[in-house]
Amino acid sequence: MQTLFGPQEKGFFSKLKEAVASTRSHLVTKIEDVVKGKKEIDAELLDDLEAILIGADLGVETSNEVLEKIRNQVSRKQINDPTQLKFLVKDELKRILDSTDGRVLDKEVAGTRVIMVVGVNGVGKTTTIGKLANLYRQKEKKVVVCAADTFRAAAIEQLEIWGRRAGVDIIRQKTGADPSAVLFDAITASKSRAIDILIVDTAGRLHTKNNLMGELEKMKRIAGREIPGAPHEVLLVIDATTGQNGLVQAREFTRSVGVSGIILAKLDGTAKGGIVVAIARDLKIPIQYVGVGEKVDDLIQFSSEHYINSLFE
Amino acid sequence: MLDQLSQKLQTIFRNLRGEGKLSPDHIEQALREIRLALLEADVNFKVVKQFIERIKVRALGQEVMESLSPSHQVIKIVRDELVETLGGTSPRLNFSAKLPSVFLIVGLQGSGKTTSTGKLARWLNRNGHRSYLVSIDVYRPAAREQLSIIAREVDVSVYAGEGVDDPLKLCREALREAGNSGYDVLLIDTAGRLHIDEQLMQELRKVKELANPSEILFVADAMTGQDAVKSAQEFHNQLGLTGVILTKLDGDARGGAALSIKTVTGQPIKFVGVGEKYDALELFHPDRLVSRILGMGDVLSLIEKAEEAIDHKKALEFEKKLRSDSFTLEDFRDQLRQMRKLGPLEQILSMLPQVGPFKELTKVKVDEKELLHIEAIINSMTPKERNHHQIINGSRRKRIARGSGTSVQQVNQLLKQYVQARKMMKQVGSGIFGKRFGRMKLPDLG
Repeated sequence: MQTLFGPQEKGFFSKLKEAVASTRSHLVTKIEDVVKGKKEIDAELLDDLEAILIGADLGVETSNEVLEKIRNQVSRKQINDPTQLKFLVKDELKRILDSTDGRVLDKEVAGTRVIMVVGVNGVGKTTTIGKLANLYRQKEKKVVVCAADTFRAAAIEQLEIWGRRAGVDIIRQKTGADPSAVLFDAITASKSRAIDILIVDTAGRLHTKNNLMGELEKMKRIAGREIPGAPHEVLLVIDATTGQNGLVQAREFTRSVGVSGIILAKLDGTAKGGIVVAIARDLKIPIQYVGVGEKVDDLIQFSSEHYINSLFE
Repeated sequence: MLDQLSQKLQTIFRNLRGEGKLSPDHIEQALREIRLALLEADVNFKVVKQFIERIKVRALGQEVMESLSPSHQVIKIVRDELVETLGGTSPRLNFSAKLPSVFLIVGLQGSGKTTSTGKLARWLNRNGHRSYLVSIDVYRPAAREQLSIIAREVDVSVYAGEGVDDPLKLCREALREAGNSGYDVLLIDTAGRLHIDEQLMQELRKVKELANPSEILFVADAMTGQDAVKSAQEFHNQLGLTGVILTKLDGDARGGAALSIKTVTGQPIKFVGVGEKYDALELFHPDRLVSRILGMGDVLSLIEKAEEAIDHKKALEFEKKLRSDSFTLEDFRDQLRQMRKLGPLEQILSMLPQVGPFKELTKVKVDEKELLHIEAIINSMTPKERNHHQIINGSRRKRIARGSGTSVQQVNQLLKQYVQARKMMKQVGSGIFGKRFGRMKLPDLG
């Protein structure tokens, strides 16, 4: 797969397809496998299907909803051809993904647009920010990143390296500085330099730590005080290998700082990705980007259609 | 979760009264609920399937014990089986005869390898070892700086290897340096990788060949989902793991991944990471994780902590005072201090099971500052005032407020609460610490 020495430039679609290749082989191929040789859709087949869906981290509830829909159609004799199962699952998953509230990313704002990136420890926030900065810079935007993860050892250095890779400036202070103070500096600098996009890196925090969530709330307040309407986006990074706790994370971060979109990181590393569906179903938060590799341009905009198509083609 | 599970099981078993044995039918229904509970806790579905089979064999035909209700009995079987599965092998660390022993720390990206490496080095040094660190993660930006910074903070030496960016060379030189300087354990922090990344996996195999580690520890995020099985299996196949460090258990993930990893690798979980501070690494206790997977809270850890932190003599004295109604503000302050020794209140509350009367309590947001204020107020009283709260009149209140940097309102509030608490305790009349903690064991069975 893609590593530092990985293959050259690839199109958007092939990248996504490659990233979900392992999901594809596990979800779709498995469905095809259990269907093989079956004449009709029976209870045993549906049980197998349930195991497959849960095995893709969709969670018990989401899986049950999908199965319920299918069971209904089977009992009303609308379908009985096992080869149709694959398409039924596909339709169901797409319907769930499309049921998010459809917030539009990148609504134009006058002045600096502030994007806060949040998440639990180790999900890939800093890496994602490097890629995100690169993406905006390529769109001819003036971008600055703010190193407000002043807690983790070497987090600032890591962001600096990513800033260089993406060719954007970084506003930083010392490790241990008050994150809100760094943010304030970054906003002041962004205003005076007429920056289009300010991307704020934050320290990883478990959503169960009230004081740390409070710190995030404070940063949000400061941003809003300095630039009305800011932060314009709060993006929650979720590790694609995360299980059902991903839902709790999304819920808790939403409660504290109002998550406007999800970035699913490390999709190239996992065989699953089902938590995406569970989050869309439960919280209606749209997935905005997907991280598909370690290179600076390995971040692509999420589209449910492309995602599902690459899963099922 | 468990309260739901208990309730469901109770409904299933309601009709069981009078029957002497757990019938297959009842067990079948109970197992369905248990299966869902485990799946929701992120235990891999294949592992769940095997596990349920074993439970079935164990549960079938068991006599219904008098002491336990059938539903509790099934839960007990599940618990015991889980503890057995997760425990079993000794979690002891292996050291080699030839110094230094090498521990290789491996895992997926973002699982917490570097932090865990630092924590483990600190733990080893506390336990009489002299450890030495090296990071061979030449890929992730600032990864090696991160380990150097952590090493400084935990006061452990690190091989920086400036200018070297070949992992094998770093390894070789760190080994030599460790040998020369008389360190007895070398911890090697490696690059995070995808388990499907053949190139990096090959590099790890070479490192293993070179350094001949006595421990290859797989660092796994407690929040991992179904994929845990595959990554653990792949790492185990490629490298032959010797143990697992389960991280980020201070969150609210149920940690079912641990069961999956243990089942597919057969290797023991040796440590758990429970916080962002470098001392937040604990030896693994299977029974506690089981309670968590089943949603029963970590009451045992809490009891242990309480036993460690609470001065027994003081607790007894306190109990006597309560009985004799001589509980003063002085005692109140003592009690506050004892409580604070347990650690941040939030952490304590999070260890309580999410059941019954505790359920609401675990959601309470505690303002640690308020506790500080309370202590400051009591500190600003004269000993006489602390022992005879009745004498605290208006002007005394003003003085106390000024002295403690609070307001008269806050002083009033504290006094009011204290009087109420006294009243309440008189009604309860029995111990807070010894007995209450004793009673808290297995609250689900209450």
